[in-house]
Amino acid sequence: MKKFWCLFFMFWPIVALVVCAMAPGMNWWFPGESNSPIGVEIDGLFNLILIIVTIVFIGTQIAFGYVLWKGAHIQKNEKALYTHGSHNLEIIWTVLPCVVMLFIALYQMEVWAKFRVQSTFDQDAVSQPIAEVTARQFEWRIRYPGPDTKFEGKADITDWLKNPRPTDLYTVNDLHVPAGKNVLIHLRSGDVQHSFFVPELRIKQDAVPGTVIPIWFNVDNKTKKYDESIKGFSYELVCAELCGWGHYKMQARVVAQLEDEYKNYLLQLQKEQFDDGVSAESDDDEEEE
Amino acid sequence: MSTLNPADAGFNSDHAEDTHAEHHELSFVKKYVFSTDHKIIGIQFLITTVLMLMVGGALALAVRWQLAFPWSNMPILGKYFASEGGQISPEFYTMLFTMHASVMIFLVIIPILAGAFGNYLIPLQIGADDMAFPTLNMLSYWFMWPAMMLFGMSFLFGGGPASGWTSYPILSAIKDAAPGSGAAQTFWLLGLTFVGFSSMMGSINYLTTIINMRAPGMTLFRMPMSIWGLFITAILQAFALPVLTAAGFMLVADRELGTCFFIPASIIVNNASPTIGGGQPLLWQHLFWFYSHPAVYIMLLPAMGMVSDMLATMCRKPLFGYKPMVYSMSAIAGLGFIVWGHHMFTSGMNPALGMTFMLSTMMIALPSAVKTFNWIGTMWGGRIQFNAVMLNCAAFVTMFVVGGLSGIFMAAVPVDIYIHDTYFIVAHFHYVLFGATLFGVFGAIQFWFPKMFGRMMNDSVAKWHFFLTFLGANGTFFPMHFLGVAGMPRRYADPYLHPYLEHLLPMNQFMTISALLMGVAQFLLLGNFFYSMFYGKKCGRNPWNANSLEWTAPSPPGHGNFDIPPVVYRGPYEYSSPLSGDKDFLMQTEPPVKKKKKDTGETEDS
Repeated sequence: MKKFWCLFFMFWPIVALVVCAMAPGMNWWFPGESNSPIGVEIDGLFNLILIIVTIVFIGTQIAFGYVLWKGAHIQKNEKALYTHGSHNLEIIWTVLPCVVMLFIALYQMEVWAKFRVQSTFDQDAVSQPIAEVTARQFEWRIRYPGPDTKFEGKADITDWLKNPRPTDLYTVNDLHVPAGKNVLIHLRSGDVQHSFFVPELRIKQDAVPGTVIPIWFNVDNKTKKYDESIKGFSYELVCAELCGWGHYKMQARVVAQLEDEYKNYLLQLQKEQFDDGVSAESDDDEEEE
Repeated sequence: MSTLNPADAGFNSDHAEDTHAEHHELSFVKKYVFSTDHKIIGIQFLITTVLMLMVGGALALAVRWQLAFPWSNMPILGKYFASEGGQISPEFYTMLFTMHASVMIFLVIIPILAGAFGNYLIPLQIGADDMAFPTLNMLSYWFMWPAMMLFGMSFLFGGGPASGWTSYPILSAIKDAAPGSGAAQTFWLLGLTFVGFSSMMGSINYLTTIINMRAPGMTLFRMPMSIWGLFITAILQAFALPVLTAAGFMLVADRELGTCFFIPASIIVNNASPTIGGGQPLLWQHLFWFYSHPAVYIMLLPAMGMVSDMLATMCRKPLFGYKPMVYSMSAIAGLGFIVWGHHMFTSGMNPALGMTFMLSTMMIALPSAVKTFNWIGTMWGGRIQFNAVMLNCAAFVTMFVVGGLSGIFMAAVPVDIYIHDTYFIVAHFHYVLFGATLFGVFGAIQFWFPKMFGRMMNDSVAKWHFFLTFLGANGTFFPMHFLGVAGMPRRYADPYLHPYLEHLLPMNQFMTISALLMGVAQFLLLGNFFYSMFYGKKCGRNPWNANSLEWTAPSPPGHGNFDIPPVVYRGPYEYSSPLSGDKDFLMQTEPPVKKKKKDTGETEDS
């Protein structure tokens, strides 16, 4: 029976490792390769940590299995080893993890700084925010500045965030952004807390009521298939912070489009929004088509 | 040689109570219900929490049911709780996971560690006759009942709270925010306050008792690790809990008195009138996690301590690195106060803070690693007894390794951007709270059961319980890592609505079947527990041949615990010592042998 339990404890880490090794092949892994630079860095970091912890896991489990096996096979009349510890070992297994931890800690700081600390925000993106996204129970309301809007400095953007303008365009659950360049959106919440999560881009930011939070990202569509019907690359946008009973159904999408298609989309949206169905302009439009 | 070795002393343990307290016979109510005896209170806590474990488990199974078979009628439980025909509605689902977490954290894990084992073990292991404040101790148990009732009432009135156990405002602050944000949320918050009172009374009592009432010779560094774990936990509770209690009151005030601590201006929730505001929802998160991160250690440190005791006993070996173990426990507790921000990496707090919290979080992995290596060191060269206690402790160590290592992913801020609020987090804390703490608790129940009731639990049944629980737990919690990596968010009533998660249904079904197996296995524990209480094999004072003081007392100990006030001469882990002769243990009460030096005639202690 002793042997059984030793094997039992040695067996399960092996199963765990085998399952982990199988996971990517079974599609139990990331939802596709990342389609944004930040995502690539996050995945890289994830894999690095995965390698480190796998080594530690295997090492610890081997040590564990070994001491268990030895402990099971000690003779009945034999006494256990009488030791209260080892100063040297304590130092080794304090210093070693410390070095590894510090390495991980320092190594990843740059990625965080690059994407979250404000001073490194991409200035082009900052000067021309793409949209304001307001999360509500249970939808994402999107407000774009009119296609001709050029913001003049920070104060102008703050003003736009506070006071909607007549030229603004509105949609729900369908955020379009230009592909291949840094884009900035302003995230806010209209009621409770939500979280803006685009799994395929590895982006997540909570929407906090009372606060406007800028997020910037870059969609490079490296591995994504072009969707002809929407003239762009579509990514699912979900809510990651409990926001009520309908939390699970805050389904939306982020569509990354090439520059021209993106502009066309906004113009189309503008046309639809300001089309009152009677004015001359709208008649002209129909004739043109 | 030995003064208090029960085997030599020949006490009849079965009638131990008779040898004590003859001077005051108590009525049944005073003795077993409103008792001020720490042992009875400990057992009251234990039985209550074990039953609550079943309630929390049932809630978890309901959650799992919905994830495996969404919108299909839940058998058995569904008839009584869920809406029409047993189908789980989304609002019922939010209540289920909220209450699962609340029950497990506040009514099971914290009270079973601090309440049950804290109460039972502290006086016995330090050689005191009772707690410093017995009445306060009794109140700490009875304050759990209003808490349980209030949690129960939140079910009955308003369908249960629905903002998660973290209760983030605005969802928890405005009554119209969700179906469960009305009366249910208020009841929940009041229940939490009672749990807080209970813990506070307990922790003050534990601190006073451990500091003042140790037996002669019981220096701090002769205390068993269980006591260290409970001592440090009590400090954590005493310093962190007031913050949560205050925050709870602030939230109740926001809800009922019209204050706006957490509510910003012009928020329109569910078509209610706009808020007046001026508050900051992130303040709640800071206050909540300032308590709840130390609370994570409150839910772990006592189990770490108890496992250290059990491992040493079952391996017949001194604990490897006793002092480093104590220091690392203190380090975990100290660092535990400055890592709370790692729950908020994506919350929108100042990103520069993220770096600070990341560093402190990385550092807290160190003492955890030291502890793990020391446990393995303890097993190294040991003569391992493969009973159910040992198996549960071994499971504690190997599962804690997984829980600890997965923590490194989320400590890394950029990685946390992606895995935050996904099932990866759920996997991590279940490996720590179930994998580590609960396996430690299962071991501890079987280890101290003979002391509590004078009877042994059945080892074969306990092994089956362990086997099935271990398989079930890993089958349930290991795949959660993959769900997390695949980007499945937590708290989704129906993840498969999203095309990118559709393919995870079979995995979720596998997990639910594992969880059911684990749930069923717990009946073995319950059955074994209650059966053995009355019909188990009778045992003497020291069935495990352990060293610490509780094993010198009768099983079960009578009122006042020890027949002779113990005097301590040794550390708690003197197993297989060359001095122990034919035995392989030296009780803490065993006085040093006086050897006569042949030449000088002087005596020398050894």
